[in-house]
Amino acid sequence: MIKQLVGLLAVLAVAALFVALLPLMAPTELGPVTRHYVEQGLVENRGANLVTSIVVNYRGFDTLGEVTVLFLSVSGAGFVLRRREGLVPEPQRRSSELVQTASRVLFAPIVLFGAYIFVHGHLTPGGGFQGGAVIASAVLLLLLADRDRLLPHGFLSVIESFSGFGYVVTGFVGLAATGSFLANRGVIDLGTWNRLFSAGVIPVIYVLIGLKVGSELATLLDTMMHADQAGEGHR
Amino acid sequence: MIFIDLVVCLLAIVSAVWAIIARNLVSAVVLAGVVSLAVSYLFLRLAAPDVAMTEAAIGAGLSTVIFLIAVRRTEEEEKR
Repeated sequence: MIKQLVGLLAVLAVAALFVALLPLMAPTELGPVTRHYVEQGLVENRGANLVTSIVVNYRGFDTLGEVTVLFLSVSGAGFVLRRREGLVPEPQRRSSELVQTASRVLFAPIVLFGAYIFVHGHLTPGGGFQGGAVIASAVLLLLLADRDRLLPHGFLSVIESFSGFGYVVTGFVGLAATGSFLANRGVIDLGTWNRLFSAGVIPVIYVLIGLKVGSELATLLDTMMHADQAGEGHR
Repeated sequence: MIFIDLVVCLLAIVSAVWAIIARNLVSAVVLAGVVSLAVSYLFLRLAAPDVAMTEAAIGAGLSTVIFLIAVRRTEEEEKR
């Protein structure tokens, strides 16, 4: 009885806090930093998608941190779940020929769509993270249709390392050219607004993020699908 | 339009609560995916297509599958 009462009180306290904080959550006017993003974002980065300009340029350093977090979690999962060495044929029902062929046919268009999303990240909604997730879902389709398929982990980790390295190198190029890490203006010509080759280094970075996220998530899915039976390695 | 929004809000809330009280782990995971899908529609309606795409691709797609794989793996372990 006491336990329920305490729980109810806690819920009521949180609800009261929520109501008290509600006016703070929807500010009616822009702060100085937000105002700068909205008014100068198009002038400074010439990207049609302002969200991408903020994520990759103004807060590019935070995005680098985010990519690192993803990398660490995937390597952690890979460390805990070792892939089975040499495939042991499991007594499981194989997918039909139809499903396997259809998944192979669909794989290329889905990967192309993911690439389209991150290549056009500075023009249309979406970008590296979304495009990478779409590519990983194409890989997932392939893995679900054919359980015995093993992904080339070496190849994927080469892509992943080089794109992560490229992101940092792009940051240092900005540092060398203009004196600030991940700078956009003064590194590559900004080009014309709303063209594919515009917005300076933003599309370069988003393509790198797309490749990195796609290969990381694909590796994670492959590791989870083919993981060693839990605990078997310790016996 | 506002009617559809309300229905989707309700769907998200009901699925979230149902996912918590569901006894079957697989249905709980699928219901959590439904929450993500409904919320991604709401993000789109709130003029945040970037967030909506992320939520639909990762929340409703990949994380649901990863949880399903994890549930299957742990069930295999429990049976032995």
